[in-house]
Amino acid sequence: MPSDALATSARPFAPRRSLIAQNPSVLWFLLALALFTLGVTVLAEMGLVSTSMVKTLGKTLCLCLVAVAMDVVWGYCGILSLGHMAFFGIGGYAIGMWLMYARTEIIVTTSLAAAPIPPTPEEIVDAVGTQIFGVVGSSEFPWLWAFADSLALQLLMVVLVPGLLALVFGWLAFRSRVTGVYLSILTQAMTLALSLWLFQNDTGLRGNNGLSGLQNIPGYDHVPQSTVSLVFFWASAAALAAGYLLFAWVVSGKFGSVIRGIRDNEARVRFLGYHVEHYKLFVFTLTAVVAGIAGALYYPQAGIINPAEIAPIASIYLAVWVAIGGRGRLYGAAIGAAFVSLLSSWFTGGGAPDIDLGFYRIQWTDWWLVLLGLSFVAVTLLAPKGIGGLFDLIPGRRTPDRQGDYGPDDGAWRREEGTE
Amino acid sequence: MTALLEVSGVSVTFDGFRAINNLSIQIGEPELRAVIGPNGAGKTTFMDIVTGKTRPDEGRVLWGERSVSLLRMSESQIARAGIGRKFQKPTVFEDQTVRENLAMALRNPRGPLAVLFHRKTPEGAARIESIAEEIGLLPALPRKAGELSHGQKQWLEIGMLLAQDPRLLLVDEPAAGMTPAEREHTTELLKRIARSRAVVVVEHDMEFVRRLDCKVTVLHEGSVLAEGTLDHVTRNQQVIDVYLGR
Repeated sequence: MPSDALATSARPFAPRRSLIAQNPSVLWFLLALALFTLGVTVLAEMGLVSTSMVKTLGKTLCLCLVAVAMDVVWGYCGILSLGHMAFFGIGGYAIGMWLMYARTEIIVTTSLAAAPIPPTPEEIVDAVGTQIFGVVGSSEFPWLWAFADSLALQLLMVVLVPGLLALVFGWLAFRSRVTGVYLSILTQAMTLALSLWLFQNDTGLRGNNGLSGLQNIPGYDHVPQSTVSLVFFWASAAALAAGYLLFAWVVSGKFGSVIRGIRDNEARVRFLGYHVEHYKLFVFTLTAVVAGIAGALYYPQAGIINPAEIAPIASIYLAVWVAIGGRGRLYGAAIGAAFVSLLSSWFTGGGAPDIDLGFYRIQWTDWWLVLLGLSFVAVTLLAPKGIGGLFDLIPGRRTPDRQGDYGPDDGAWRREEGTE
Repeated sequence: MTALLEVSGVSVTFDGFRAINNLSIQIGEPELRAVIGPNGAGKTTFMDIVTGKTRPDEGRVLWGERSVSLLRMSESQIARAGIGRKFQKPTVFEDQTVRENLAMALRNPRGPLAVLFHRKTPEGAARIESIAEEIGLLPALPRKAGELSHGQKQWLEIGMLLAQDPRLLLVDEPAAGMTPAEREHTTELLKRIARSRAVVVVEHDMEFVRRLDCKVTVLHEGSVLAEGTLDHVTRNQQVIDVYLGR
């Protein structure tokens, strides 16, 4: 090997280029997130941002996190999962069970403390059961609630249940080599089945009533909601930062190279000796776990969770956010989720003024979905890179590592050949 | 020379069409072998069977000293066992750089966790650079594979095969779409590789096969019609009738 060729054309070997050095966008994202978090906190302390607004923003950060996970599974690995909001919902249910149980237990204990005879533990549990399940005409605790009295175990469930469901579902689906639109349909079926199951009263999760009062943190009743909302806002920001770093690391190195290869040409990756199904399963399960964590932070801020949250449409929205934000880049997914979900609550919350056409009055509460659908189609057709693609317009950003020219090879003298 | 790959009595039928009919081929190590035949002779199906993409209806495919059956292994297991494949159409990962393409193919542990915690090593980088040098793509290492010319993509794919460090290379029409100079380079490269490994080249172009100067197997209607030197098989009357004649 001629050594001068190496010296001139190959870059020096750099074994430990840090994650940040390889992906400057990670640093920019974390910086923007930190500034946003500080800004909102300061404005909230000054009373310029309402408590409900802080909650909305905190919830939005959780949606950003699940969107980033969706981007990894879809934008990087090419699995169009239309069921990731099911994992998000499961995370919410898991934490909701503890919140509801613990708070009801406190209320019941306080009210029974005034009774002449002190209540036995069984009586307290029975009273809690009656309080929680009265709405569905029951007072028995179903098996699902076996660990509801323990925060630690329910937190474990936040991670374990979505992870195990994704593992089993993914193993069955990927092993049979179900891909493309068939896999998407299968994930829709999964989330629909889960939602229908939860709608039933005898499932044991209060049917269509769902779990409510989740904004009240047991034992912290004396803390005002303005403070609770800020704490959850900070927790959501920290989770988004951690999740973003995790996924940036996952997709940056050789692993990212392999999963992008799977997205672009699955068969070729197989012939290189990689067990494609293991990779898909790993990505699917990891993103499901993160979705569960995002859900566990979201629903205490929303205050209520019911089976409609797990309806198939929710997961389709998630895909729309990622598509509009720009898939294949993590910050694109986060921007898409924040932009579209905030816009959505502005339009559907009556923030947007109605447009009077004389013969018809466009009310955005009805027409927002049409607008969203149209913009989804427009983005897909006209700007497949989504909002994130705007960052490519910054000069020199698109190909920071490029060496050599784009042009034809030295051997191909097309212009000269053409004139002969 | 012992047989590295032994295909015997293999048949496969697609919807009533017998693509491979009682095919038997032995490949030694090292060996350079050209497989020729008219369209539909079963050349690509033969590769599909060896690499695990297609399961034959009957027959045996044995591999290596211990005569392991390849029929029960998945595509990725077969690839890890040491069989590399280059496709007819260049299939490189166009969205990734030449370096990333080669790094992915480089012989290393293939499990998800091993890859996730993989760290670049100076040995790996040196290996990538020496392969890039061999296929003439050293200056193109940081470029996206999608920007390469057709011939360069073909080479990149051959380079990815080399990086896999296989014992047997199955190469489908390596010279398609190459300029005469590129073809010459490819011939030299294949001959050099075949000094230490088994290489099976499927090719249409007789001139290219002549330059490879190796044993030739002629396939017709899914089975072996003739085998021997190019001159030997081109004198065979049956071969002339089905393939070369008219």
